[in-house]
Amino acid sequence: MTLDLPLIWAGIIAFAVLMYVLLDGFDLGIGILFPFNPDRRDRDVMMNSIAPEWDGNETWLVLGGGGLLAAFPGAYAVLLPALYLPIIVMLLALVFRGVAFEFRFKAERSRAVWDTAFAAGSALAALSQGVVLGGFIQGVNVVNGEFAGGSFDWCTPFALMTGLGVASGYALLGAGWLIVKAEGGLRERAYRSARIALVCVAVFMAVVSLWTPLEHGFVAARWFTLPNLFFLAPVPLLTAAALLYGWVAIARQHNWGPFIAGLLLFLLGYLGLAISLWPFAVPYNVTVRQAAAADPGLMLMMVGVVVIMPLVLIYTAHNYWVFRGKTGHDGYH
Amino acid sequence: MELDPVLLARTQFGFAISFHILFPTLTIGLSGFILLLEALWLRTGREAYLRLAKFWTRLFALAFGMGVVSGVVLSYLLGANFSRFSAATANVLGPLLGYEVLTAFFLEAGFLGIMLFGWNRVGPRLHLFATAMVAVGTLISAFWILAANSWMQTPAGHTFDGARFYVADWWAVIFNPSFPYRLMHMSMAAYVTAAFVVAAVSAWHLLKGRDVESARLGLRFGIGLAAVLAPLQIFIGDLHGLNVQEHQPVKIAAMEGLWETRGAAPLLLFAVPDQKAETNHFEIGVPKLASIILKHDAEGVVKGLKEVPPQDRPFVFQVFWAFRIMVGIGLAMLALSWLGALAWWRGWLERSRLLLWTFVPMGGSGFLAVLAGWSVAETGRQPWIVYGLMRTADAVSPVAAGVVLSSLLAFVAVYAALFVAWLYYSAKVIRRGPDAGDTHEPGEQGQRPMAAGN
Repeated sequence: MTLDLPLIWAGIIAFAVLMYVLLDGFDLGIGILFPFNPDRRDRDVMMNSIAPEWDGNETWLVLGGGGLLAAFPGAYAVLLPALYLPIIVMLLALVFRGVAFEFRFKAERSRAVWDTAFAAGSALAALSQGVVLGGFIQGVNVVNGEFAGGSFDWCTPFALMTGLGVASGYALLGAGWLIVKAEGGLRERAYRSARIALVCVAVFMAVVSLWTPLEHGFVAARWFTLPNLFFLAPVPLLTAAALLYGWVAIARQHNWGPFIAGLLLFLLGYLGLAISLWPFAVPYNVTVRQAAAADPGLMLMMVGVVVIMPLVLIYTAHNYWVFRGKTGHDGYH
Repeated sequence: MELDPVLLARTQFGFAISFHILFPTLTIGLSGFILLLEALWLRTGREAYLRLAKFWTRLFALAFGMGVVSGVVLSYLLGANFSRFSAATANVLGPLLGYEVLTAFFLEAGFLGIMLFGWNRVGPRLHLFATAMVAVGTLISAFWILAANSWMQTPAGHTFDGARFYVADWWAVIFNPSFPYRLMHMSMAAYVTAAFVVAAVSAWHLLKGRDVESARLGLRFGIGLAAVLAPLQIFIGDLHGLNVQEHQPVKIAAMEGLWETRGAAPLLLFAVPDQKAETNHFEIGVPKLASIILKHDAEGVVKGLKEVPPQDRPFVFQVFWAFRIMVGIGLAMLALSWLGALAWWRGWLERSRLLLWTFVPMGGSGFLAVLAGWSVAETGRQPWIVYGLMRTADAVSPVAAGVVLSSLLAFVAVYAALFVAWLYYSAKVIRRGPDAGDTHEPGEQGQRPMAAGN
């Protein structure tokens, strides 16, 4: 039996990107919620709740990039030039919010500067990631395996809308995380933020789900032909159920419920995109197989992933376990 | 004016990677130092070790944060600016970078939280383990990224069909001819740089009378390590140079400012290389010394730049002078560390304020030497991005030059501001000193900010 390495690698990259979106999603979401929680002590708790985790969370982004280069150079070398500007903006925004973790707590007079850097950097990073997603979904112009479009091809109403969609999804995850980690007024406000974010997520998911098939016959055919229609119907139905669950969990003030609802919604949205776009590595031009690297590299890397990834997951989980519980009340002298 | 997309892409990537390398250089060295301090504290129970460990962890955290954010940028900038290079070399370099993420970045990130914030969450032994994992992680990261860089300098273990590289032998790819030398040279550079930073900060604390017990300890660590490692580094550098001579003779010719192939080549102390006229102006040199250093023979023949056509030569002026700056700084570091060691042995180390003041500005010397050294390595191999096989001009992305220029300007502005902020907050931590670590800020109770190392 020979392994279908490109297929396996599509799964690995998809897993890395999903981990990134879920994990960095909630810590970027904390930054998005900063403007709505102006009190300094609240902000200390918000930042402390993610300070030990953000670096590990962002490492999944590097794995996504590095993995894409290693496994699907045909996609990496097309997508990065095509989405050059939003990617540069995302990187600079991540720089600002990343350094804010250390600088903010060292600052006294200039604390407001790093509060702003953290909030604006997080929001801008989330927006540009959503724009990158939109630019990806709407397709990239490729000729002879190279990007052949213009510098602003990505800039469409659709991409701006997915930008807002991803940002509101991150806000939902951030609010869910805060509900788990915070107490008192901060936690109360997090429930209100979660509700607003949930409504936004519902709207944006609905719009993307309708707009994409209307724009792209390929996606419409995937979902709305028989027998696919029946096989795939559970995805939107489960999404509706997750939205409902989120609504109830927020209304009844569950502790973990809103966060879990956020994770489920991202999971389902992600699944929906994967179904829509398979087998493309660069929609609607380059397939996963066309973009894949040569087998020896994929094999070598896969051995590494199989051996090392479980370890990574174990000590990542250990790190979360060490810093479990409410933030800001025990531990730091 | 016509914008040169190749030069722009190189400038942007060169700027971003030069900025980045400052921080790993410091954090590789400092994490090793902090690990040593923690281990000594556990063994001896002496409080000053713990104070020093926590103090240096605060500075480490600032630098590590800068390293992380500027490093994430690079993993994407590579493809954004050099997409054709990425596509051509992905089979070879992709797995190396992938292994760096898997074995190094996750390891660092998985234990960094405990190292910085875990003092009251885990026991001292688990904390020591976390610090060790972070320190090892920084070295593993250096291993993979230098393997990748070295393969670009001295490619081996591959086949090339004119468009793409394929791996024939992984062992040969990773342990390519220049890799062991480059890995040793860079890791040692990190430790020497950190030793001088530690010596500089400790000397300043002594001069200002701040936590004198820790400062004394720190100064002795810094000087002791530097006095041993600086000569070792020069020895490794010489081996590295011989390796470059074997595999990249044109780079050596540029470093030495040698245009004609000749025996009894002089070591030039000063010259203004002129690329167009293919000669140097205002040469001052020591006869035969270059032949002695490179060939270990006064009459030895050293290859000159004219061995290859003009379009295959690097920009000699930059390579020539960057090399002199690196070597000059290295020799100054050796001299000062030995003078410091002598003063320590003779017992006048802390009495000489002049000597202490000399150590303070030398805290930055390692960073300059590292930048100069990388400038030699990377400019000296031009016009090749994969040496002898792929030209940098064929590597860039099909992105409009104006877009690259505007993002370059954004990077310069953002990085300049961050650098100032990093220096400012590091200076602030240094001013407060090791014994100020656990004091609360005025008016702050209970919910203390979770800043690193507290």
